[in-house]
Amino acid sequence: MTAAIALQGAVKRYGGFTALAGVDLTIERGEFFGLLGPNGAGKTTLISLLAGLARPSEGSVRVMGYDVVRDYRQARRAIGVVPQELVFDPFFTVREILRIQSGYFGLTRNEDWIEELLQGLGLADKAEANMRTLSGGMKRRVLVAQALVHRPPVIVLDEPTAGVDVELRHGLWQFIQKLNDQGHTILLTTHYLEEAESLCHRIAMLKAGRIVALDTTERLLARFQAHELEVRLDRPEVALALGGEAGEDGWVRIPFEHYADIETLLRRLREAGAEVRELRVGEPDLERVFVEVMRSA
Amino acid sequence: MPECFGAGFRTLFYKEVMRFWKVAFQTVAAPILNALLFLLIFSNVLDRHVTTYGEVPYTAFLIPGLAIMSVLQNAFANSSSSLIQSKVTGNIVFVLLPPLSHQEFFWGYALACVVRGLAVGLGVILTGLVFVDLPLAAPLWALAFAVTGSLLMGALGIVAGIWADKFDQLAAFQNFLVMPLTMLSGVFYSIAALPPFWQKVSHLNPFFFVIDGFRYGFFGQADTNPWVSLGVSLAATAVVVALTLALLARGYKLRQ
Repeated sequence: MTAAIALQGAVKRYGGFTALAGVDLTIERGEFFGLLGPNGAGKTTLISLLAGLARPSEGSVRVMGYDVVRDYRQARRAIGVVPQELVFDPFFTVREILRIQSGYFGLTRNEDWIEELLQGLGLADKAEANMRTLSGGMKRRVLVAQALVHRPPVIVLDEPTAGVDVELRHGLWQFIQKLNDQGHTILLTTHYLEEAESLCHRIAMLKAGRIVALDTTERLLARFQAHELEVRLDRPEVALALGGEAGEDGWVRIPFEHYADIETLLRRLREAGAEVRELRVGEPDLERVFVEVMRSA
Repeated sequence: MPECFGAGFRTLFYKEVMRFWKVAFQTVAAPILNALLFLLIFSNVLDRHVTTYGEVPYTAFLIPGLAIMSVLQNAFANSSSSLIQSKVTGNIVFVLLPPLSHQEFFWGYALACVVRGLAVGLGVILTGLVFVDLPLAAPLWALAFAVTGSLLMGALGIVAGIWADKFDQLAAFQNFLVMPLTMLSGVFYSIAALPPFWQKVSHLNPFFFVIDGFRYGFFGQADTNPWVSLGVSLAATAVVVALTLALLARGYKLRQ
């Protein structure tokens, strides 16, 4: 089966600056895929290539098997993009915006799906409101509805939850998760790494226009020794001698592999005469993996 | 129906028409009022002193000139302001993400300019009829020049809109190119009244031929043969349309 997204040797240069330096990436149909990286890593450039907003300098970019330059009509019909910026057309109401966006894709009778989107994204009571009058969160929902109005099999979300409240974030993820369960391929970029960790099956990390890590979320988390016993002691130097690393606010982190090791570590601290004042166990998380990958890449 | 004139084009055209129609007070009524002010001032000052084409009163002569000038300026304003606003606010992305071809993009924007140009021009003519009887010797000629002129300016507006990165760049295009060329092209006078040198200069300005040909539609007479005017107007329009389509096909300043 054709991949949902396929980049082969994709390079994008802006004058002398190389934003993407030869990216090979395949995202299968139905995946919930995370694309992570610091600012300027090339995430938005990659999305721009997929969406046809930019053209690759070298290599090929395909969406559902369609080349984004040669077969641009089919490729753009296959993808829905939620842009990062909160952009809107101030002349129209929410319903008008969705009808117009629908029409651009050749869908002139799309009322049922528009109604479903309005309901599903909590926009029903704002359908006749002008875009100017909506709050930032509501505008973000409209952006999502606009991206979905032509029922694209591939949905790209470029930092969709930046600056939105917790309630909207939860509602949005439920809606997107439902679409993924129905078979839509989701490509997500976000700076909220806990979101990527909980939602994405597979993750790629970009740095300076190159993919520096690409694996399942599970394997990425397992790749680094991530369990840590975090303690505050009256004598921190004892924990440092046991291989701990001094953190902020007097906490010392001691890495361990198995939960059974905790008892051993605490016994050794006790035997060395250190009094444990506070204690917590650090679980492996994507943020640590991300920091580690970016540091070593 | 060819794909380039499918539902995508129709939607963009509809959106562009609705965009100016929703603020018609600003985009249609205000230009009509501007033309009316010109009419009141110039006709009161000059009507008793000047006649043109033999017996045509100056006020009657002036109205088609003001109408076509308004057509041209508003056709330009429609596409250029829509595009610069969309670029500056970022919502241009909504017309770049869908599968619209560069032809659909062009015709969607350009034909909406024609609609606005004709709406304003018609408004100026109808308002002018309150002040003076106006013949309509060859209405199809008038319509042909109004459509050609507004298409020319709509296309030029697209070029300006995608070229300009800031509002002041667009204002410079409008104030230093469009306004002088439209106002110094026989709107307020017959070029027969000019010295020979300035008559020759006027013939270098394509807007002169649009305005002169449009006026022929009302009086059945003009400074230049209407077929020549139509040929020059169509040629100028074809050049600008071809240039605009070439820029759009390259994705100039729209798709990096």
